[in-house]
Amino acid sequence: MKSAHHRLDISRMGFSRTADVVARTIISVVAWVAIVILAGIAAFLIQNSLKALQELGLWHMVAGSDWFPTSANASFGFLPAEVGSIWVTAIALMLCVPFGILAAIYLSEFANSRVKEVGKTIIEFMAAVPSVVFGLIGMTLLVPLIARIFDLSSGLTGFTAGLCVGIVCLPTIISISEDAMHAVPDELRQGALALGNNRWQMAYKVIVPAASSGIFAAVMLGLGRAIGETMVVLMVAGNAGIIPTSPFLAARTMTATIAQETGEVVRGGLHFSVLFVMGLVLFTITFLINLVADSVLERQRRRWRR
Amino acid sequence: MSQAASVRTLAKAAPQGLVVNPRIKHAHYFETAARIITGGALVAVISVIVFVLGYILYRGIGSLSWEFISTPPQARMTEGGILPALIGTLWLVLLTAVFALPVGIATGIYLSEFAKGRIARFIRVAIANMAGVPSVIYGLFGFAAFSIALGFSKSLLAMGLTLTCVTLPVIITATEEALKQLPKELRLASLALGATRWRTTWRIVVPTAAPGIITGSILGLSRAAGETAPILFTGVAFFAPTAQSLMQPSMALPYHLYIMATQPVRPAPHIVWGTALVLVGMLSIINAGIALWRSRKRKKLKW
Repeated sequence: MKSAHHRLDISRMGFSRTADVVARTIISVVAWVAIVILAGIAAFLIQNSLKALQELGLWHMVAGSDWFPTSANASFGFLPAEVGSIWVTAIALMLCVPFGILAAIYLSEFANSRVKEVGKTIIEFMAAVPSVVFGLIGMTLLVPLIARIFDLSSGLTGFTAGLCVGIVCLPTIISISEDAMHAVPDELRQGALALGNNRWQMAYKVIVPAASSGIFAAVMLGLGRAIGETMVVLMVAGNAGIIPTSPFLAARTMTATIAQETGEVVRGGLHFSVLFVMGLVLFTITFLINLVADSVLERQRRRWRR
Repeated sequence: MSQAASVRTLAKAAPQGLVVNPRIKHAHYFETAARIITGGALVAVISVIVFVLGYILYRGIGSLSWEFISTPPQARMTEGGILPALIGTLWLVLLTAVFALPVGIATGIYLSEFAKGRIARFIRVAIANMAGVPSVIYGLFGFAAFSIALGFSKSLLAMGLTLTCVTLPVIITATEEALKQLPKELRLASLALGATRWRTTWRIVVPTAAPGIITGSILGLSRAAGETAPILFTGVAFFAPTAQSLMQPSMALPYHLYIMATQPVRPAPHIVWGTALVLVGMLSIINAGIALWRSRKRKKLKW
């Protein structure tokens, strides 16, 4: 009786050891999915870019100033899209960096717990609103407003798109910089207050410097978000394929160019391949931005780990 | 006692002729100004989103009717409802859930419970990076990988797989965060009773963290419902009847909204705003429900 009981126990232990090994093996293989997908993105972008890279050369496209993809004497210069992307991103950041960081300071250092919870929930919800919706609001309300204020024939400009993209990026900047300030240990706050600082002096002399690398990462991620935003730009930037010399002209970003044309071109043709090169350039830029942001965030995390 | 009150009491209590140090007074003014400026920035941000929601409700509420959500478009997209787009979006969310949930949750469990050192760091960097890849790049990738290389052409399946890639980092991060919030003692107690690591994870840790995993995953999936750029080339249709199989193209709400809003030839504003209201309304209800549930849970459960 006793020995039977024993045997049963041992066999069950054996079973659960095996299950342990099998389950752990399976999930540790599955966990590579992110790396596989990232590598897959790079591989497919490169594979489809090869044709254009061989026929035109990377520099010819990246530094080319004319985008006439469909004319008989086709020319594939990225500069109009690149300049468009720069305008939109710059204006977006000018809007969302100051507002985002100030709002994050309030949430983290001044707000009481109730305001904090409600505020953070609303910001989180803002991140869930699809960007087409912001594009629609921009088209309907902001475009006519901008045309009237700046006396333009059309309000579909890089500036308008920049404002809308800035709003889309706000939740990213707010939540990440709020997280960074929240992660600063309370001992620093208590120390600052005990020395006779008021809360604002504490915030700007102690908390913001202590969280500065996290705030920097927030700005970088906001930048990545702004460069990559597609639908808003497609709807309000005006979609003109020439180099916009001012933000108050119609513009078109790299994302919008890809979104607009990829569906319409001949599969496997030169134009098709050129669009993949543009995707590859965009992917490389955002990849580097994300890498910098992530390593900065990791350093901050290590610094304040308790 | 707040700073303001203390300065005031000090001034009152001071004997005649004794004044409060002007530097303290100055600092006090700065403090007030800082509160107003930072608070004002937060109020401005929140009013933008409240205004956007309010405006969509105001413009869209008139188009909303049972007919609008239960019939297909008619009269060359200028009348009728949005049924095929609504069903298409629900299909996409379901497909994304089927692919992304098992993989995403497994990865989250691995990162939180088993991964250590270099490999874990490497995988985390990849996930953070995935979250930052522009959605239109996912569109290009999905087009090249799923539509062309795997031969799914323009179909619900290709769109679902593309959206899976977009959603995965959100689900992985949510799972990992939910698991990390559990106290260490829970795991130690289970291990001390002789359970293996996997048994501890599967029978104790995951069930306890389930609410967090589920809410985080739903939020991730709701993001898939609103994405447009990833499905642009992988199978979304301007007009298509409700798909009968996974290999057919389909309409989807966010694309329907985009294409109707930018339609210069036959504008139909009531359809545009009605679609926007249905899309935003769905996401609002899901988000608000989860926020309420979480805050109630948080009050009940304290580690």
